[in-house]
Amino acid sequence: VVQLNDFPYLSVLTAAPLVGAVVVALLPRRSPELAKRVALGWSLGVLVLLGVAWAAFEAGGERLQLRESYEWIPRWGINFTFATDGIALVMLGLIALVVPVVILASWHDAERPGVRRSVPAFFALILALEATMLGVFAAADVFLFYVFFEVMLVPMYFLIGSYGGARRQYAAVKFFLYALVGGLFMLAAVVGLWVAGGHTLDWQALTQVDLSTGTERWLFLGFFLAFAIKAPFFPFHTWLPDAGGAAPAGVAALLVGLLDKVATFGILRYSLPLFPDAARWFAPAALTLAVIGIIYAALLAVGQNDLKRLVAYTSIAHFGFIGVGIFAFTTQAGTGAVLYMVNHGLATGMLFLVVGMLVARRGSALISDFGGAGKLVPVLAGVLLFAGLASLSLPGLAPFVSEFLVLAGTFTENRPVAVIATVGIILAAAYVLWMIQRTTHGPLNPALSSVEPMRRDLNLRERVVVAPLIVLIVLFGFYPKPLTDVINPAVEATLADLDVAPAEADMEAQP
Amino acid sequence: VTDFTLPDIDYAAIAPLLILFGVACLGVLVEAFVPQRLRHPVQLWLAMLGILAALVAVVARAGAADVTTAGGSVTVDGPALFMQGALLSFGLVSMLLIGDRRVGGGAFVSQAAITVGSRADLRQAGAPGATEVFPLSMFSLGGMALFIAASDLLVMFIALEVLSLPLYLMCALARRQRLISQEAAVKYFLLGAYASGFFLFGVVLAYGYAGSVDFATIHSAVDQSEMSPALLYVGLALIVMGLLFKAAAAPFHVWTPDVYQGSPTPITAFMAACTKVAAFGALLRVTYVAFEQLADEWLPVLGVIAVLTMLLGAVMAVTQTDIKRLLAYSWIANAGYVLVGVLAVGREGASTTMFYLVAYGFAVLAAFAVISLVRDRDGEATHLSRWAGLGRSSPVAAGVFTLVMLALAGIPLTGGFTAKFAVFSAALDAGEAWLVIAGVISSVIIAFPYLRVVVMMWLSEPTDSTARMVNPGVFTGSALGIGAVATVALGVVPGPMLQLAHDAALFIP
Repeated sequence: VVQLNDFPYLSVLTAAPLVGAVVVALLPRRSPELAKRVALGWSLGVLVLLGVAWAAFEAGGERLQLRESYEWIPRWGINFTFATDGIALVMLGLIALVVPVVILASWHDAERPGVRRSVPAFFALILALEATMLGVFAAADVFLFYVFFEVMLVPMYFLIGSYGGARRQYAAVKFFLYALVGGLFMLAAVVGLWVAGGHTLDWQALTQVDLSTGTERWLFLGFFLAFAIKAPFFPFHTWLPDAGGAAPAGVAALLVGLLDKVATFGILRYSLPLFPDAARWFAPAALTLAVIGIIYAALLAVGQNDLKRLVAYTSIAHFGFIGVGIFAFTTQAGTGAVLYMVNHGLATGMLFLVVGMLVARRGSALISDFGGAGKLVPVLAGVLLFAGLASLSLPGLAPFVSEFLVLAGTFTENRPVAVIATVGIILAAAYVLWMIQRTTHGPLNPALSSVEPMRRDLNLRERVVVAPLIVLIVLFGFYPKPLTDVINPAVEATLADLDVAPAEADMEAQP
Repeated sequence: VTDFTLPDIDYAAIAPLLILFGVACLGVLVEAFVPQRLRHPVQLWLAMLGILAALVAVVARAGAADVTTAGGSVTVDGPALFMQGALLSFGLVSMLLIGDRRVGGGAFVSQAAITVGSRADLRQAGAPGATEVFPLSMFSLGGMALFIAASDLLVMFIALEVLSLPLYLMCALARRQRLISQEAAVKYFLLGAYASGFFLFGVVLAYGYAGSVDFATIHSAVDQSEMSPALLYVGLALIVMGLLFKAAAAPFHVWTPDVYQGSPTPITAFMAACTKVAAFGALLRVTYVAFEQLADEWLPVLGVIAVLTMLLGAVMAVTQTDIKRLLAYSWIANAGYVLVGVLAVGREGASTTMFYLVAYGFAVLAAFAVISLVRDRDGEATHLSRWAGLGRSSPVAAGVFTLVMLALAGIPLTGGFTAKFAVFSAALDAGEAWLVIAGVISSVIIAFPYLRVVVMMWLSEPTDSTARMVNPGVFTGSALGIGAVATVALGVVPGPMLQLAHDAALFIP
């Protein structure tokens, strides 16, 4: 009898989209509709598979579950190991959920006027990207993680470079070079870890290794640099507005909503448990960068006149919040940070998609080209408002829960940081509401009504795209328990690795 | 009067060498006696079968006891066999490129010595290319195989000359762009002759110190000899200089870009893959066997050279606009990475160095196969701007070239990444952290030019000056395929090759 837990969920989950990518790529170029449908069907199949894997995961059970391990490079003691904890599981779920939504949202992105590229290739690249993203979160061997971390760049590079808007070449190259620089520093750290850890890169084995203080700090720095560039944290963020601005809306949603989460996940899974002392030593510096990021990016967002770049800047600010949550070292803030990763994927992903719908209609991403659009497309304007409010963490919507947890968890440990970060909330209200005011409210821009597509409101496909996101954002706003149940034990285990006493006692002491 | 006794020769052990040189001599006879229209197919198949036979002889030898034969002048041990195997595999793939006449009538001119631009030169434009290139490359390959196995400085010097002289000639044989081809040959010859001179002078000094040119004797003479150690140090320095010249390590690299650009592309591929193996094979044997006890002296010096080579190659690659020159500087940077492996010392050093050479060789062969296909009316179009939008018209070949660029940039799941991980981890294990840091910095810099080529091919729109990709025939097509498949295989399942390299990586004194 095959037990539910013996099924190699994670490797099948990683391989499935890859097979799908090959299938879609081989479809004839002349039948784009077929390629789209196959890609959508395939990604939905992956979602179902993930649902089954989620059911097999036992919340509160062992830290790493669904483990499978195959010998890969025996000379170096490197294995092909997959396993997931609660943090990785929710991220896997987010990926499996958002990718079909993005595929549906990007239905016409590869055949815009001016883009003379293959449609099947576009959807094949999205599926290939999904495979690498699932792999990077499912990996439980540092080498395997690194492999996915780097390979992930290739499909994303072509998605931005081949299918993006103006300045796509510049943006794609900048994205690739920034990530590669970080990746190579991480490579040096991975090699160092392999040597210092006694010729293994298995995550579980490495958590037992005691490193000397100097080594630990250097290795932490190597990993942290890679993650800080990828996330991105201030001051390594300049590639994101370019990439987010140039990428097609759906790809931008994948990039900011999912792919960049690898960085914050990597800090939680690798930097903290493997280098606990160094993590504590670097925490003040990391917190400082995170807080600067919150304020600085929010200020830049306020001044943006390009919708997609604006959303990209808001993301940098949000990554600052996640960084604060991680380095506050309390269960509450940590759980908040992980929840933030999920909610940010939903809310900012949605914001990118909705902004994309607006931009596609107007043919311009400049805020000044809009004005009073709500009079022409009331439903779209409403959806934009919803996504904006979610993004600024309106109470009742999912991001509020995570932002509150992060700030509350930080406040008990590090009051100044929490206070400064709170300023970010006010700025968030400013940039979101001002953006909405200038695009959908106010007097109708006369130039707008002469643009024919601007008079078409959301069609059925677009409604189907935003519906699941709205449902989940509202659901997790009121009932985040399904997520926190799996996240909490993993965060507590991570903090235990850090030898930081869980802050429960403090929490109860608060009124 | 001392009696002269013939040394014992283990013919089975040196069978690959005998086959290679035998076929090369046979090739000379074919030139003389076979009618011209038959020469090309006869030479081509003779060379291919010869290399294949030598390869079989090498593989058959695997697992046999290590021997030193021919009066202590040739050693057939694990590293020698492994690198001969790599060399012959690369030689076989190069021969596919050298023998392909489908692409532009072949890469070679029929008479290289005719004054460029003269009436006679114009007349030979349509004539079939020289078939002397086959025996020449066989001699060169034989020299390289001997170079790796030589355990005596004089035999090593002879092997160096045997491998170099045909290369100088072959550089001048390009069918198109005759002038820079001849320039390449002259530059390579003059500088190569200097390097040989250095090497030979080093041999003389080492002989003066140790009283022998035999590696084993030199090894035991260190610290024992009553001669001045200055002889030893200067001798070692000069010998290594000669080897580093062939390996294109800075500051002995200046000939590389010109020679790379001017030579016929199949010969560039042959040099890139095979000469590198030979040069580092010999360097490994000289440093690990003959001068092993001086490791404390040569380690820091070679370390500085490695850092210089990595950084200089990477920085110069950034400014290149010609694809062959770009790969030349990439070759230089990669020489630095291989040196990092050499400096890891010991079994891990040897095995990772050998793995790197294999991974690099296959990648670079695929690259030059693609370069030979991108053409216009005047031959190959090697200026980067001519590659704009190539991915649109020929996705497969551009895809292979992209794969090679990603491999050289060290993206995982390619042989290039595994190789980098191998040498860096071995060096770090040996406590050479500074080399790893320099290596990483160099990799960061050199990623940019690689990426620029990818951008050119895929993201740029084709222009009027975009070159055409010729349909590869069976020969160039298989070279391209072998290179690409090996590059992916060494990235996805590197285990067996790493194990093989490790098992083979024991030198015998």
